[in-house]
Amino acid sequence: MSDTPSETITGSTDPMSKTREARMGEVDSRFNSRLREAFGSSPFILTKFDQFMNWVRGSSMFMLQFGIACCSLEMMHTYAVKHDLDRFGSGVPRASPRQADTIIIPGTIVSKFAPRMKRVYDQMAEPKFVVNMGSCAISGGPFQEGYNVIKGAEEVIPVDIHVPGCPPRPEALVYGVVKLQERIAQGESSPVTVKPYELEQFGDLERDELVDKLASQIDTDDLVMRYNWADSP
Amino acid sequence: MSLERPKRQQYVTEEGVDYDAIERLLGEHVLGRETHLNAEGFVIRPDEVQDVLFALRDEAGFDHLSVVTAQEYADRYESIYHLKKYDDPTQEVSVVVPTSKDDPVSQTAEPVYRTADWHEREAYDLVGIEYEGHPDPRRILLPETWQGHPLALDYDQDRPQIVTLAEHQNPIAEDHYDSDTETMFLNIGPHHPATHGVLHLKTVLDGEQVVDVDPDIGYLHRCEEQMAQNGTYRHQIMPYPDRWDYAPGGLMNEWGYARAAEDLADIDVPEYAQVIRTMGAELCRICSHMLALGTFCLDIYGDFTAIFMYAMRDREKVQNLLEDLTGSRMMFNYLRLGGVAWDLPEPREEFFEKTRDFLDDLPEATQEYHDLITSNEIFQIRTVDTGVLDPETAKQYGATGPVARASGIDYDLRRDDPYGYYPELDWDVVTEDGRDNYARLLVRMREVEQSARIIEQCIDLLEDWPEEDREIQSNVPRTLRPDPDTEIYRAVEAAKGELGIYIRADGTDKPARFKIRSPCFSNLHTLPEMSEGEYVADLVASLGSLDIILGEVDR
Ligand code: SF4
Repeated sequence: MSDTPSETITGSTDPMSKTREARMGEVDSRFNSRLREAFGSSPFILTKFDQFMNWVRGSSMFMLQFGIACCSLEMMHTYAVKHDLDRFGSGVPRASPRQADTIIIPGTIVSKFAPRMKRVYDQMAEPKFVVNMGSCAISGGPFQEGYNVIKGAEEVIPVDIHVPGCPPRPEALVYGVVKLQERIAQGESSPVTVKPYELEQFGDLERDELVDKLASQIDTDDLVMRYNWADSP
Repeated sequence: MSLERPKRQQYVTEEGVDYDAIERLLGEHVLGRETHLNAEGFVIRPDEVQDVLFALRDEAGFDHLSVVTAQEYADRYESIYHLKKYDDPTQEVSVVVPTSKDDPVSQTAEPVYRTADWHEREAYDLVGIEYEGHPDPRRILLPETWQGHPLALDYDQDRPQIVTLAEHQNPIAEDHYDSDTETMFLNIGPHHPATHGVLHLKTVLDGEQVVDVDPDIGYLHRCEEQMAQNGTYRHQIMPYPDRWDYAPGGLMNEWGYARAAEDLADIDVPEYAQVIRTMGAELCRICSHMLALGTFCLDIYGDFTAIFMYAMRDREKVQNLLEDLTGSRMMFNYLRLGGVAWDLPEPREEFFEKTRDFLDDLPEATQEYHDLITSNEIFQIRTVDTGVLDPETAKQYGATGPVARASGIDYDLRRDDPYGYYPELDWDVVTEDGRDNYARLLVRMREVEQSARIIEQCIDLLEDWPEEDREIQSNVPRTLRPDPDTEIYRAVEAAKGELGIYIRADGTDKPARFKIRSPCFSNLHTLPEMSEGEYVADLVASLGSLDIILGEVDR
């Protein structure tokens, strides 16, 4: 029954509305809610702007739809029925990095992909947050010894939360994301990590044998990532 | 045709391939003969590859190049072409092409089998053999600027590498237009919702039409072959197959490794364990096909809609069963050489009941999918007669699995190269003649029904199995050291097609060469055939219908 006032559904907010109306003039009863009621007769709250923003940020996050390897399957299950990450206000996957504020790194990062991942991360709007999902994103996981494998996402971008597992169960990922939300709401930030692998212009690299050898193949203003495997953990 | 038959028959006897007749056919090309455990290998000169392969294909009927294995020995390089027949995959022959250390050049096989194109690029990339006359001699998995060949013997893993980030410009930037032909260059991926992971398609468009598409893979090349070569046979390799096709094709992949290693080391598997393996593998197949179905519809309808959620719901059910059985939702590590890790979960009745409940609900779920998907007009418009792949082309590209069966190729290793408990059970191989995206989906949906039949029979068998005969593992030595210089190539039917493993033993407890024949790799290679000249939207549908898992494509 569309013409039934909302209070018959949500319960009466009458006493409050009465007082408020007396103070502020008439308000359409559809805008009433339990939350409104909780604010009492004076619908104002006093808080620090930053705190309020942090609370808003943590309560509504958009995830980047970003699948890499096996962990992304469990990530899909986390979004989907049964686990339904969106219950916590954090599970709407966006296809474009411009619309997302959290990126989950679900898988193994290899040499060819790291520059792209950095690029995708750079394209996200500030403030942005990173959740590492699984051992691969943390350290290279089972493939750490591989000739082509980056030893963890932290070698390329800063990371806020690590969720261990191979793959972590959806419950674990939910826990990790909720933990991140909590931290954001409280305004806590992660220590900035040292990032050994940067995107830089080829011409800016220090010259050595390898650079000289590739000079004919790569333009000086091309972006490159240089891996010094011997220094990796 | 009628003339050809008897001719091909010359090369076959009651026991299989008549290798002496093949040797006579190849005549002077043969420098020597090697015996691999799966087939005889004929050693030939590197500049006569095409003559030999043409003879084997056209005269003797070996129309399926499974895989090309490249490896380096202390004194030479070697490429092995593993040939089979689509009609009877138990008929195999290997062609071994050694090349010298200082001049590792061998003739390309691409004119004979199109699929050799990618396989030889990979061989060049990882091992360093060059193929003369190859139409496209680039690296395939590693970046163009990579130094050295990682599976070569003298590769130094610690040397620095530089990787470029090219073509990151806005796709409609001016220099992406070619003003003469009015085509436009478009990057799809490597981060794109429709590429099912990290695949990069370099596409050239003329308006809405695809002029050229070049799949650029290797964004998930995580050195699976190196990892397997670093592990010991008995326990250290088994966790990795779970991570090739993580849809999860876990148990099917593990079986691929187990089958090769068991035949290599001559290990028996108790019958009871075979039944459990068969049941587990089919559960994985259902799970995997459900993912294919869900994501395919995600590609076609474009959002996380009901079908995707339904498919995920059914996957959850299967994953629960698999978790009860193996202890893990995805990464099972459940098979052991010589059997399985442990028996069914106690109480057994509960497991049987849960599984039966799932199977009982399945017909209804399938009907729901048919209502939502296959009988939906929009879906039909998008998929019928798009992405057509005719059978001859599919064979040229080495396509297998649902992709081949949807083009009418009746090829299923569970029946044609029997293993496990499949021959004792009652089930059918599903084929469709549609050759299009729609047919590929139908094949998967019908295969789910067949898998359910298999599981049902396995459950019945397991329930009645006498308690004293429940042997889950045979006796296997603590350390396995297969005889030096034994080589084997064995394949199983995974969810995506023929998953083959080549192992060469060198007398130690680790393989000297471990090569994975990934079905997705070959299937993805057909994408340009299916989509060039079609609309770009159909390209996305075709890609979805191939059901690739990048972990398996790139390994
Ligand atoms: S952590 Fe394990 S499951 Fe996750 S991507 Fe790595 S190998 Fe796959």
